[in-house]
Formats: sequence, structure tokens, C-alpha cells
Amino acid sequence: MSAQTTTPVGAAASPAASPAARPGAGRTGRWLALASRHRVALTLAFLVVFPWIAPYQALAANILVLGLYALGFNLLFGYTGLLSFGHAAFLGGGAYGSGIAIVHYGLHPVLALVAGTLLATLIAVAMGALAIRTRGIYFAMTTLALSMCVYYAFYQAESFTGGENGLRGINVPSLSLPGFRLDLLNPTVKYYAVLAVVGLAVWLFSRLLSSPFGAALEAIRENENRAQACGYDVRRMKLVAFVISGALCGLAGALQAIHLSIVPIETMHYSTSGQAVMMALLGGMGTFFGPFVGAATFSLLQDGLTTLTSHWQLFVGAIFIAFVLFLPLGIWGEVLARLRRAGW
Amino acid sequence: MSELTLGGFPLDLLALQVVTGVALGAIYVLVGIGLSLIFGLMNVVNFAHGAFFMMGAYVGVFLYGYTGSFWLSLVAAPLAMGLLGLAVERVLVRPLYGRGIDDPLLLTFGLSYVMIEAVRIAFGLTGLPFGAPPELRGAVDLGIGYFPLYRLFLIVFAGIVVGALWLFIERTSFGLVIRAGARDPQIVQVLGIRISRVWLAIFGLGCALAGLAGILAAPLQGVTPEMGIPVLAEAFVVTVVGGMGSLAGAVLAGLIVGIVVAMTSLIAPDMTKMAIFALMALVLLVRPRGLLGRAGALG
Amino acid sequence: MTGFDRRGLLRGGAAASALALAAPALLRNAAAQGKPIRIGFPVPLTGAFGAEANDQVRAAQLAIKAFNEAGGFEGRQAELLVRDDKLNPGEAATRTLELIEKDQVNFLVGGLSAAVTLSINNVARERGVIYNSITQSDAINEAKDFGRTTFHEALNPHMTAGAVGRHVFPKFGKRVAFLSADYAYGHEMMRGFKRAGEASGIQVVADIRHPIGASDYSAFLPRIAALKPDVLCLCNFGRDQVVSIQQATEFGLKRTTKLVAPVLLFTSRKAGGEAFDGVIGGTSYYWRLEDTVPTAKAFNDRFRAAYNGAVPSDYGALGYAGVRSVLEAVKAAKSVETDKVVAAMEGLKADFYKGPQSFRKCDHQSIQSVLVVESKSKDMKTPDDVFTIVGTEGPDERFLRSCDELGHKA
Repeated sequence: MSAQTTTPVGAAASPAASPAARPGAGRTGRWLALASRHRVALTLAFLVVFPWIAPYQALAANILVLGLYALGFNLLFGYTGLLSFGHAAFLGGGAYGSGIAIVHYGLHPVLALVAGTLLATLIAVAMGALAIRTRGIYFAMTTLALSMCVYYAFYQAESFTGGENGLRGINVPSLSLPGFRLDLLNPTVKYYAVLAVVGLAVWLFSRLLSSPFGAALEAIRENENRAQACGYDVRRMKLVAFVISGALCGLAGALQAIHLSIVPIETMHYSTSGQAVMMALLGGMGTFFGPFVGAATFSLLQDGLTTLTSHWQLFVGAIFIAFVLFLPLGIWGEVLARLRRAGW
Repeated sequence: MSELTLGGFPLDLLALQVVTGVALGAIYVLVGIGLSLIFGLMNVVNFAHGAFFMMGAYVGVFLYGYTGSFWLSLVAAPLAMGLLGLAVERVLVRPLYGRGIDDPLLLTFGLSYVMIEAVRIAFGLTGLPFGAPPELRGAVDLGIGYFPLYRLFLIVFAGIVVGALWLFIERTSFGLVIRAGARDPQIVQVLGIRISRVWLAIFGLGCALAGLAGILAAPLQGVTPEMGIPVLAEAFVVTVVGGMGSLAGAVLAGLIVGIVVAMTSLIAPDMTKMAIFALMALVLLVRPRGLLGRAGALG
Repeated sequence: MTGFDRRGLLRGGAAASALALAAPALLRNAAAQGKPIRIGFPVPLTGAFGAEANDQVRAAQLAIKAFNEAGGFEGRQAELLVRDDKLNPGEAATRTLELIEKDQVNFLVGGLSAAVTLSINNVARERGVIYNSITQSDAINEAKDFGRTTFHEALNPHMTAGAVGRHVFPKFGKRVAFLSADYAYGHEMMRGFKRAGEASGIQVVADIRHPIGASDYSAFLPRIAALKPDVLCLCNFGRDQVVSIQQATEFGLKRTTKLVAPVLLFTSRKAGGEAFDGVIGGTSYYWRLEDTVPTAKAFNDRFRAAYNGAVPSDYGALGYAGVRSVLEAVKAAKSVETDKVVAAMEGLKADFYKGPQSFRKCDHQSIQSVLVVESKSKDMKTPDDVFTIVGTEGPDERFLRSCDELGHKA
């Protein structure tokens, strides 16, 4: 975060929304700039108190994991401008990777996280190398088609993945680390264990955005041809962004497998990819904190409405429609835009 | 797999399988055309397309219960979905023009939730039974084996609809505007034509076709609130393989997908579902704009 | 069952802060003790099996009500905590965690679809919570998924398909074709059929797998029609079953072939209509059992009285039985402690709604009768009179896979 970029707390979707582009934003951008410098600390501070606000801890841990998933997706969608419909392959790859490592090979949970992330990374390299040749909506469709091929491959490999029944038996009752042991059957301990990993990922993600590489990605998003003319190897950078994005989503999947102790085949289905798109858009694409806001909104909305009415889908659908019509920047994007207008 | 695979398949069976594939393709074509036109001309990914398909089926089946006339349902279902499509475009989609493809996508996704749940509330969770109308029941001997009469009707009827659509787009002045709008919306506007009206019509037409496909598919599988969900995925494949915004592409791709499904069902049933996505990936990687997609349609 | 396991909660300094943060939760949970007997009930209220799930809830509530009206257990009333698992194993796992960790339920009953029931089971057994599964699955009996707190109230595919096969093959012929959904459940049913068929010496003329959730079966049917098998076994479930039977009828298969479905659901038949005519299948319960079984009559009457004359469906009845088994075991054990209730369930000799039932010791599978029914749309006593019971296979351990085969060490 030492490298100064023009990115405020959430590099908002369009350059017009960034304070630098607004007249007279020099002084008023100070608070946001301050927040931006400490965005990791602020995000983590919120996540530390979050389980005490959430309806129950298992849901809070879900939101943490989905937030990381949306964060990884957002690197590609919000910061690089590539809409992928195939990220379920990475979430699922990570989940199956760590699950299989634990169930079939008895690996230590920490090593299983590494294994899951690696498997997702490998899938991302293969999918990315093929998909990066296409652009725009064709890129979205190519990633969707490729991820469904991955889905069916995992579906068919029943002896490893459990097929339609899903992978069961990822039971990690406790976590032995040098010097101490964590009881993961305690939901609070489990939440903070997951948060420790997510926090590390968020910090790395922030470092990445602040690096010259992060600036280059945004240059690609704003104008690919200009970025090319500036001497960036656009295709290679896109591929690297795709792979890092996949790795982050894979880590989220690996955590989810340990959290839920199962991996449903649905994890890899394209509807899970759609979920990433929805969470990123709800929260505010291209904002740092937006994915967590999106994940929390998405999950809390479903959870709350489900307990109220069996027709929850009616309300979820209507709320989505209202969001698109009236809050196009997403929740966090809108908050940032209002703060700026208010002269923060 | 089974002893049947030894020594290959009898020719009659292969031929019958092709006819089966064409009948399957007829539904894919009708759903795919609407999605493709909306996609190609308006840059709107209509995630509610499957819901229009489902609702069309419900409208048709419901009317059939009252009137007993399948033919009336065949007219009413697309009409109702066309009108609903017009309303949706005018009220919900139009405010989003110029915002990129993400917003209409999220909006229609939300809309599909609302439509499915509305049908659940109105007609229940279980779905309604529905069979082919009496005059179209039974099987016909094609010389290569018996084939259900209703599925033959499906092929012929879809052919007539596609033909009429082609005439409409190629031979009428409104069709000319549509074609011009697909190439370059700005030029059309410069010429003094309100492109928003073209888009309105296209959206309504696309939804009407989805509704028609829905009522045509109802006798094959009955109707349930969830029936549109798998259809949406298949329609996307058709759209992408054929080339977005291309009428001929959607027809070609629909038939190809139908036949691919029928043939993999025969030769490697485990691969049936994967096959259409593999086909889509292959086409995208070799010919990213689809088989008959034009550079202009979405450039 | 009762609050957190404090032993080994945390060890080491790094976790001390987490303990401090956990304190309010511990207090909250302590206050919840000594209250009603809570039964968590995750079922897919929304999704393709919403109708079945709603019926399960209604029937389960009858069991709760009867228990409470009879005075409960030592003054403690029972309470049903219904959660929507949305037919999604991930959602089911989260909901199960909620029920165990936040709501502190004493027992779990529920699940519809094999993937979901296995997911609930995996979460519950790790935390030592009794879970009585009420959906069909073979895997849940096997040592790999079984836990000492796992119970299976429903039939399993092996029993159901076996009973149907033993009824059908001698009667309708030996040339058999299979059209099976390509997933564990479909394979399990097919395996059950084939085992039953070995005894009658069937000849498998086609063994075709279709993808689960397929909306069209026309591509598979010409090939089967050309073979003119005596029996076509449709090893699929729910919507797949409705559509495949409808399309098999459309392709004229009924002219030459008897259609057989291992698990013939009341709700599927209602959704499928006349196309189901003549289809034979198995079920755990059909309301016309009341003609011969007094407890079925009593159960139906209570259900009718509570729900405007409606009759319970097969899966609904399982919701009732699942909850009732647990509550009866509580009474027998005179305790809600897991170990004692497990022992009481193992010793339960029940006749709650369909005749005698008991849980086998090694895999906790409920040994019970299987009904073989034939679908009809004529001579119906009421609109709900959609099946004729054409055979009954009594409760007998012979019809289950052996404990050895399932991997349970003696």
C-alpha cells in the first residue's frame, strides 16, 4: 500500500466516479484516501465483529467464504473488465482439491488448503489459456462452456468426487498447529480460523492492486488498445489476472469444503458462477469492500426471507430488479459515490 | 455399455435418431431465435427467456383446460408472452440502455425469479399434466420405424414459423429496419427511425417465440415452474453456436444441437449433457462469432 | 447436545482472544437448555420437491402434536424447527449447522434427495447428533457414511427395487431394459433390480443411462422400442420419472412393454396424470393401506381431520414416522441424551402407521414392508385413489444387503 495509485477505497467502476476526476476533490478526498490506505484494516475490523451481527456463525463463515469468492471474481470483472461465467470451476476446484486431499490422502488441513488452491490454479491456467483469446460476451460464454466441461468431468469421476451425491467426510474436528490446537467444532473458533486465512488473502489482494500490475489491469479495463500501445503485454496480463483470480476463488472453495465438511457438485455448476456475478454487482463491482457487502447482502437476504416466507424467490427477484434500476453502482459503490458527493 | 453397441447400430435406428434430433432441434430453434435476436440486436442477455418459455406453456395449458382447443392455445401463448415482453421492455429494460450488458443481465435474472415464483403461487409447486391433443396422438410409420405424430407436427410447425419469420425480416420494410439496426443502430437513428421502437418490437417478438416454444414443448413433458431453467442453458448454446443475432445461425445451430444430443444419447449417453457444452466451447475457440455470426452484429 | 463441548475447546495463547469473544455465545446457549425437546427438520420447501416437503412438514407436525397432547416427556413439550434446505446440499449443511449450533436442537429428522441427506448426515454425525433420514439412499447404510447417530427411516433403493423386481419379473417376462438416471441413486436402484432379477434369470437387453434432470428422453426411446423388451425399468425419480414415463407412452412403448418404476411417488403420479396408467412401482406408503392396516387408518384419519380431508403422501408419511420414532425413543429411554436415545431407537418395535417396523442394529436401516402398486386412472374411489396395491413384501432382513456387504464390522 505504499505505492500511491489513484485508486480510492474502491476503485469505482468508471473513472468519472473517482475523486481525482471531480473538480475540487483535492481536500475532500482526504478521508477516503485515508480509508483507502487502511482498507485492509478496515475490512478486517468489520469482519472481526461480523459474527456478532450475523444471525448465526455458520452463516457468517459462509459469507466470509463467499466474500473471498466474490473478491477473487472481482479482480477479473471489476478491475480488469473481463466478465467470466466460469468461476464456479475455480471455487469447485478448490473445494474438491482440499476435500479430496483430506478424504482420500489424509492431508493436514493447511496443506489441503494449498492443494485446493493449486488445483484451482491449474484449472484456471488451462481455462484461461483458451478463453483469453476471445473478448466481451464471447469471453463470458467461453468460460461458461469450459467450466461446464470441468463440471461434467468432476461429476463423472465419482470414485474421487462422490458424483451427484457430493464429496462427504471432510471432517476436520480440530486443527493442530505448532504450539496450539484449535477446536473447529466450535463455530466461533472456526469462524476466526477462516477469517485468518481470508484476512491474509485480502491483504495480498490489496498489495496486488497497489502494485504496478494492479495499475496495468485498470489500464486494460479502461482501454485495452491504449494499454497495448503503452507497451503492456495485454494478453499475458489478462491471463495472469485470470489465474490469480482463479487461485483466490480456489482458496475460497478450499475453505468452504472444510467449513461445510462436504462438497456438493452444485459448487461447480454455472449457477454458482452466476452467484459471483450477482454478489459483485450487488456489492459494487470494482470496489475493494464491495464483494463482502455483496456476499453479505445476498446471503442475509436469502436467509432472512427464507424464514419469513416460502415465496422468498419472489422478493429476492424483485429486490434484484430494484437494485438494478435504482442502485446501479451496487450498495458499496453507491455509498462511496454519496460520500464523495457529500464532500468527504 | 450394452450388447447393442457391438457391431454398430442398424441404419434405420440411426435415421430415426436423426429425425428425433430434428424434432428436439425444433424447440431449440424457436427458443434460440428469440434469445439470439434480443442478444444480437439489443445487446441484452435475457436471463428470463426460460421463464417466458415456462409461462407460455402455463398460459397455453390453462387455456386448454377451459377451451379444449390446442390451436387456440397455440395462438394465445405467444400472444400473451409477446405482450408481457413488450411491457417488460418498456418498463424495466428500457431505462438500462447505454449501461452495458451487466445491468440487463442482473435485471432479467431477478425477473426470472419473480416469474417462476408467480407461477408457483398461481398454479402450485407440482406442475400440471398435459398430453398431446387427441388429433395429434399416436405414432406414424416412417418406413424406418414408428415415430410420434406430435413430434412430426412439431417439426413442420416450427418450419412454418421460421419461414414466416424469415419472410418478415427479409421482405418487409420493418424487417429491413431490424436488419439495419443489427448492423449499426446509430445509422438507423440518423435516418430518422426510432431505434427504441425496433428494440421494443424485437424484445416482444423474442418473448412471443419463447412462449410459443413453451406451449409446443408442454405435450412432451407436462409443465412445471422449473421447466424453463434447463431450456435457458440450451438456448444459450444455440445462440452462441449459431452466432448472435443471426436467424439462419439459430436455425442451423438448433438443428445441430438437437442432432448432437440425439446421437450422443445413442452412442455415449453419459456424455449427452457435456456434449453440447463441449460443442459450444469448440465453436467459440475456432469461430468465436459462431457459425453464421457477422462481425457487425455485436462489434 | 447440551451447549458447547468445553473440553479441548481451545488450547494455547493465540486462541485466548477467541475464547473471550465466544463467551456471550456460551451464555446465550446456556439459557436455551432445559426447554422444549427440539427437533430440527430440514426439507426442501422450495425447489422441485416443494410439494412433497410441505406434506412432510404437515405430517411431522401431527406427530409433534400427538406427543404434546399426550403430555410430552416429563413435562417437556416437543417443538419442530422447520428449515428450507432448498434441495441444495450446501444449504442443507449450513442449515444443519444453524440447527445444531444456534438452535441447539436435540435431534434432526428430514432431508429429501440422497445428496442432501448425506450432507445433513455428515454434519450431524461429526457433532454426535441423532439424525433420522427420511429419503431413499443406499449410501447412507454403508459404513463409510454411517455414524452411530445415523438412522434411516425411509426405504432404500435396494429394498424398493428388489421388491418391485421380485413382483414384476416372474409376471411380465425376462427380457428387461433399463433406462436409468446417471447418478448414484439411479445406479443403486438398477443394482437392486438386477439383484432381484438374478433369481428369476432375467436377460438385460439394454442398459441405458440418461443424464439426471433431462427434459427429453426421445433420443433414448426409439432404440428401446426397437428391442420390444418385456419390462422397461425406469430407474429415476421425481420429474425425470414423470417426463420419461410420459414420453415412453408417447413412443408407444406400452403396447409391447410393461413400464416399471422402482419408486412410484404419489405426487409424481398426480403430476403425470393418465400417462402413468399401468405403471408398476414400489412405495413405502399408500393411503389405501388403511383398508387392511388399522394404524394406517388411524394416521390417515388424524391427517384428514387436521388438513381438510387431504390424505398423506408417501414422503409425507415418512415425515410423520421419522419424528415419531425419535419421540417414542425418548419416552422409552426416559431421556434425551444421545447415547440412551440411540439405544432406545435400536430397540424400538414400532407400528406407527404401516405395520411393524424396527431398526437393524448394524446400519440403523428401518426394516419394514414395501408396497408394490400399479397406477390407475379409472375406478377411482376419490381423486386421490390413484394406485392399486398389487403386492406387499413384508418386513424381513433378507431383503436388505447384509451388514458385511455394507462394511460394518460384526
